Amino acid sequence: MEKRVTFNERWLPYLLVAPQIVITLVFFFWPSGQAIWQSVISEDAFGGNTRFVWFDNFTHLFSDPSYFASARLTLVFSFLVASLGLAISLLLAVMADRIIRGASVYKTILVWPYAVAPAVAGVLFGFLFNPSVGVVAWALAAIGLEFNYVINGNQALLLVVFAAVWSQISYNFLFFLAGLQSIPKSLIEAAAIDGAGPGRRFWDIVFPLLSPTGFFLLVINIIYAFFGTFGIVGSLTQGGPGQATNILIWKVYNDGFRGQDLGGSSAQSVVLMVVVISLTFVQFRFIERRVHY
Amino acid sequence: MVENRPFLTFLSHLTVIVGLLIIAFPVWMTFVASTHDQDTMLRAPVPIWPGSHLLENYWTVLVKGYENRPGTVPLYVTLTNSMIMALGVAIGKILISIIAAFAIVYFRFPLRMFFFWAIFVTLMLPVEVRIVPTYGVVANLGMLDSYSGLIIPLIASATATFLFRQFFLSVPDELTEAARVDGASPMRFFWDILLPMSRTSIAALFVIQFIYGWNQYLWPLLITTKESFYTVVMGVSRQANVVDAVPSWNLLMAMAMLAALPPVLVVVFMQRQFVRGLVETEK
Repeated sequence: MEKRVTFNERWLPYLLVAPQIVITLVFFFWPSGQAIWQSVISEDAFGGNTRFVWFDNFTHLFSDPSYFASARLTLVFSFLVASLGLAISLLLAVMADRIIRGASVYKTILVWPYAVAPAVAGVLFGFLFNPSVGVVAWALAAIGLEFNYVINGNQALLLVVFAAVWSQISYNFLFFLAGLQSIPKSLIEAAAIDGAGPGRRFWDIVFPLLSPTGFFLLVINIIYAFFGTFGIVGSLTQGGPGQATNILIWKVYNDGFRGQDLGGSSAQSVVLMVVVISLTFVQFRFIERRVHY
Repeated sequence: MVENRPFLTFLSHLTVIVGLLIIAFPVWMTFVASTHDQDTMLRAPVPIWPGSHLLENYWTVLVKGYENRPGTVPLYVTLTNSMIMALGVAIGKILISIIAAFAIVYFRFPLRMFFFWAIFVTLMLPVEVRIVPTYGVVANLGMLDSYSGLIIPLIASATATFLFRQFFLSVPDELTEAARVDGASPMRFFWDILLPMSRTSIAALFVIQFIYGWNQYLWPLLITTKESFYTVVMGVSRQANVVDAVPSWNLLMAMAMLAALPPVLVVVFMQRQFVRGLVETEK
């Protein structure tokens, strides 16, 4: 889309785009270029000798079992976060959509978890499930379930999933609700007149019409689980116990800043860039398609 | 609803209310914990109703910090830093992106499409992905431990530019024509016509970006080493990770409440703009 009517100025437009372009060049292109550069060189610990090593950092990375463990963990993690988050928020949205009285009150109470920083959400869940004073851990112990995320890896992962789903639920809910409200009421009324019950109407009409929203949210939730959950891991488990919650984004940070393995960390950055760029492409393709129908 | 099914309506209310209770539970427990004294919070089971130490706890964390331990700063410092960072990110993003979008939509100039794509690709990479080299760049520029280091790298993002571009494209050409016929300069057109029309978009964007800036965790964690530049979110998280001695849950939870309060208030009181901003920036 282009404007038909434009202004004629020689220098003004450059002046106007300059701030954003400068910031983008300095803080985006330069570091991204460096990540790619560092991923193909090898530096000794003191930064003295730099050697071009082609894809050594990548072959090293892909032959590292701990990287594969982390990648597999990230897949499981994002699957859990996306599926649980979408299912719960869809249920809430469908129910909230039925409600006429007090709907706005429910909505107000449901939207604010979005505003709580993931890192703070991690602290809250850490407190709830704290093995010595956490009220949920205590309640679970009372019914015979021992929950100790500090030493049990699977439970730690589960807790990070809970916190991540909690953080993302308002976002999913709002989009599902908007999707539901854009479905023409006449379709549903027609189905009702033809004798379709609420369940039948949901599966045959609402669900298919909602699938574009669902697909969009799926991509967003996967991106969120890959990258947005850093703060939760940071304040809840720091990748532990052992490697139980060492998802890829935490590993990049941990290897780069704590392990000082710049080449390896940069290679991981490049792999993650490829992942997020492909996910973004999937999303753009999908949005274009949605515009056309 | 298309038909009256009292049972289903009841079920809907019930589901939503149960959902709300579960979602609100962590925050309720946090609030309760922040109103008791330290001893009460060390005995399991901890209380589930508020106690009487609310003012005392909040006053302590606000002016003294977490028990004067090393690595803790009074919360009024970190809250101020977070406020500066959130406002800086929100306002900075809006400023640079509205003028960039204006240039890209209302002018024809060589390299226009190149600039457009250069901004466009930044949509794709969150700061977490390129964290190590970005840190290096900021360190080279001598921007560690400064507000400019906290703010400027985060305003390099394309979402806002795109929102404004979409909006400008929907502004009728007749307005531009009329302005040109009347001899208005481009900047005059921008100030007197475009900017007032963009008010709702600006408000929506402000809410989203304020929350984004306030809730940053990794970035402030990396580039601040001086306590006087800590932000409140990373401060709370740091504190949660070092409670190994005798944890003061009451104080930690008071800190968490205060860290979450400003963005929650923004969302609750600017809900319309928030929803609008959320839906539009993700397009």
